[in-house]
Amino acid sequence: MSTNATQSLDTRGMNCPLPILRTKKALSAMAAGETLAVTATDPGSLKDMQAFCKQTGHELVSSSTNQGEFEFLIRRA
Amino acid sequence: MGAAEKLIAENLDKSLFNQWFDQRFETKMAERDAAHVPSLAIIATKGTMDWAYPPFILASTASALGWDVSIFFTFYGLELLKKDLHLEISPLGNPSMPMKMPFGPQWLQDINWKVPNVVMAGIPGFEKVATGLMEQTVKNKGVATIDELRSACLEADAKLYACQMTVDLFGYSQDEFIPEIAGWIGAASFLPQAQKSDVCLFI
Repeated sequence: MSTNATQSLDTRGMNCPLPILRTKKALSAMAAGETLAVTATDPGSLKDMQAFCKQTGHELVSSSTNQGEFEFLIRRA
Repeated sequence: MGAAEKLIAENLDKSLFNQWFDQRFETKMAERDAAHVPSLAIIATKGTMDWAYPPFILASTASALGWDVSIFFTFYGLELLKKDLHLEISPLGNPSMPMKMPFGPQWLQDINWKVPNVVMAGIPGFEKVATGLMEQTVKNKGVATIDELRSACLEADAKLYACQMTVDLFGYSQDEFIPEIAGWIGAASFLPQAQKSDVCLFI
């Protein structure tokens, strides 16, 4: 997990569409330019998070897979 | 010579004009696309627990993507707007529904119990048990409950409409339903919304 993110969100164990809904909720409470680190175990979140960022304009700074867990760093638009 | 062509000065290079127009058109269309908020209109007609998922998953996700969302709940779909959600599933006559145990050793959980319809129909409370098992499976797999998804829709300001005709037909009263309902309307009110939506689904 990136330690330099403004906030972090743990969605491990949650299934579609909860990781996206929680991410969206967390981002709306943040200021533009702040970063959110999201951890997920839902394999669908890899594609979904890309699509979510593309559609909403938030920047997907990085996404990585680590032993069945997915980590995303998103910068709020 | 057409009227539009007369407006263009005779000495203007037409190819230059066309080039300008094409670029301008592209820019304007891109601006229009960027300013466009996508919209989703769903007609939800089913009231069992399994069928409650598609409308609420799609609607809550669309809301998270920043779309304008409206759902028209009609016939059995109205069940999804009740204050107290008691949604059940029925495996009877549904050969596609896997019947698996949500607990016990893995080999047991992997078995798909093919129960004949005549047996399901003959056991009192079979649907209650099936519903209980499904609720446990939902919990085990980290899938949201219908209540959670419905709240997510409401938080995101999705418009949930109830079909007034069904309320009358089934003898419901409006106070059985959540107070957040955006309107008690009929087909004539929802269709114009559906017409303008980018995505319209009948579920």
